[in-house]
Amino acid sequence: MDTSDYAIDVRGVTKKFGTRTIVNDIAMQVRPGEIYGFLGPNGSGKTTFLRMLCGLLTPDGGEGKCLGLDFRSESAEIKKRVGYMTQKFSFYEDLSIEENLDFIARLYGMSQRKVAVQKSLERLGMVERRKQLAGTLSGGWKQRLALAACLIHEPKLLLLDEPTAGVDPKARRDFWEEIHKLAADGLTFLITTHYMDEASRCNRLAYIAYGNLLARGTVDEVIKAGGLTTWEISGGNLAALAEKIRGLPGVEQVVAFGTTLHVSGRDAEKLNASVSPLISGAQRWTKIESGLEDVFISLMETAKDNFS
Amino acid sequence: MRFNFQRFWAIVVKEFIQMRRDRLTFGMMIGVPMIQLILFGYAINSNPKHLPTAVYAADNSVFSRSFIWGLRNSSYFDLVHEAHSPAEINNLLAENKVQFAVTIPVDFSRKLLRGEQPDLLLEADATDPSAVGFAQAAVSGLATTVLNHDLTGPLAKLQATAPPFNVVSHQHYNPESISQYNIVPGLMGVMLTMTMIMITGLAITRERERGTMENLLSTPVHPGEVIVGKIVPYIMVGYVQVILVLLAAKFLFNVPMLGSVPLLFLLVLLFIVANLAVGITFSTIAKNQLQAVQMAFFFFLPSLLLSGYMFPFRGMPGWAQNLGECLPLTHFLRVVRGILLKGNGLAETLPDLWPIALFLTVVLAIGIKRYRQTLD
Repeated sequence: MDTSDYAIDVRGVTKKFGTRTIVNDIAMQVRPGEIYGFLGPNGSGKTTFLRMLCGLLTPDGGEGKCLGLDFRSESAEIKKRVGYMTQKFSFYEDLSIEENLDFIARLYGMSQRKVAVQKSLERLGMVERRKQLAGTLSGGWKQRLALAACLIHEPKLLLLDEPTAGVDPKARRDFWEEIHKLAADGLTFLITTHYMDEASRCNRLAYIAYGNLLARGTVDEVIKAGGLTTWEISGGNLAALAEKIRGLPGVEQVVAFGTTLHVSGRDAEKLNASVSPLISGAQRWTKIESGLEDVFISLMETAKDNFS
Repeated sequence: MRFNFQRFWAIVVKEFIQMRRDRLTFGMMIGVPMIQLILFGYAINSNPKHLPTAVYAADNSVFSRSFIWGLRNSSYFDLVHEAHSPAEINNLLAENKVQFAVTIPVDFSRKLLRGEQPDLLLEADATDPSAVGFAQAAVSGLATTVLNHDLTGPLAKLQATAPPFNVVSHQHYNPESISQYNIVPGLMGVMLTMTMIMITGLAITRERERGTMENLLSTPVHPGEVIVGKIVPYIMVGYVQVILVLLAAKFLFNVPMLGSVPLLFLLVLLFIVANLAVGITFSTIAKNQLQAVQMAFFFFLPSLLLSGYMFPFRGMPGWAQNLGECLPLTHFLRVVRGILLKGNGLAETLPDLWPIALFLTVVLAIGIKRYRQTLD
């Protein structure tokens, strides 16, 4: 694939606030029509990276293209082609749904404004609620309105910053259905999230912690690259066992899941040697595939040692 | 429920911590009393002295000179202009260059020597009645005593009887000293200053506080579009206020309207926009809506006290007058009083228009520079 065919193709992106480096030398390539997940702990620089892509923040370093435009010098042009959905609801609560959409359509200078607003209302099933004030909408509806407003100028790329935070499971599932539909039509998505189920619905992922990119690829690739071995222990008296295991050589994570305990570590032999003697008769010990969450937490712990 | 000391103390401690964090509010609590103390203590003077005065001496005699010396010594009058015609005197008064004008007629000394008690003309700009009262009283006292030194020998007889000459006072523009004539047009400026700065001060801070600014910045909109777009609606609000004050002035207070009201309508636009620009600029500096309101108040207080609205402008010491000259309200008060009470036209108001325009340019430049197109 030629570099200019990527929707996002940036390298060395860096942002500093004072002496703190928030985003450190990050490269990212996203293909058109792809749903790209962007994960990382709070304060890891995800929002800062998105803001730099759409011209809200000036990067301190880096080069590359966004929709074929230089992301540092042509941010005014990029803004016209990108939809950015902020983490916090950022439309006017004292304007109605329709007035908000109309306002955004005007800012983008749409020629067929009324038609675009009407279409947007129809697609999101808000035609009857068009006169309702945005401030009175529930979380799920606010999120749908925000997505509709981001789409109104028919962007080529959508940057969604934790779009489903605080939204119920049903609304979240509907939201992802919508995203997959739009991606099938050729729209590119870069989505930040904390939810592992959402991460696994992305085509590819990138994991960032303390400003550094730690892993990227498909879900399977990321898990494989994590190199983690995980055991599941079931049976009685797990709380006491967890206390004993924690801190032993080779044991990196001990996580309780209701009636089971997950124990993971990167050195499979050490882990085995530490844990297996402690397993008593009634307890069962099976090797399972590591989850994305286990891998991310492991990556984050390592990153903490390396960068902080 | 009982009053629990520990719970009460928890609140006290928390309030102090928050007070310490919010520097601007803390500054207000200290700064506002300080400003008031300085302005009321040093700047404000309800018995103004050293008022600029023009003299037209058609009769240049020893008596005229003595009278002029007497004026100067009274400390109420500063002779700043020597006029050469009555027309010049009218202009000086209309353009607000002098507060008083003295005319000594051609045959003054001849009539004086004949014992005819000649008239001296003292004209005052009485748009603000409180600015001229004391000075006028001082002049009438002068007539009986000022020439005693000159009226010696054979002229001594002129001394003994009634005053050797009369001072005829003309109170221009507000002959009956009705203070409403001064206050009501001025109120237009005060109201516009307060409301325009307050409303727009909130305009951008509200966007930032509610998070809508981030959204706005991610669209292709330019800073100039945002600022001008936020100013225009409030221009209309300003005009509604102007109309209300003018209607009240005409029908409730019978304020004379000698000049052109359409001209006033046109010129008030400059003043409204200047105030809106102040508000917008404050809101680009303030971190939240409360701070924007506090900044508006910080600006409003000196405007009210130093502009000549509440207290005679010329009664203030030089530093306070210089400060006052920087404020748009000071100049607008002269414009509105000039047009309504003096019947001034565009030419007479020009000296007060360019300072407002300059103020607007500077403030708007700061505002646009401060309005950041990014979140950095």
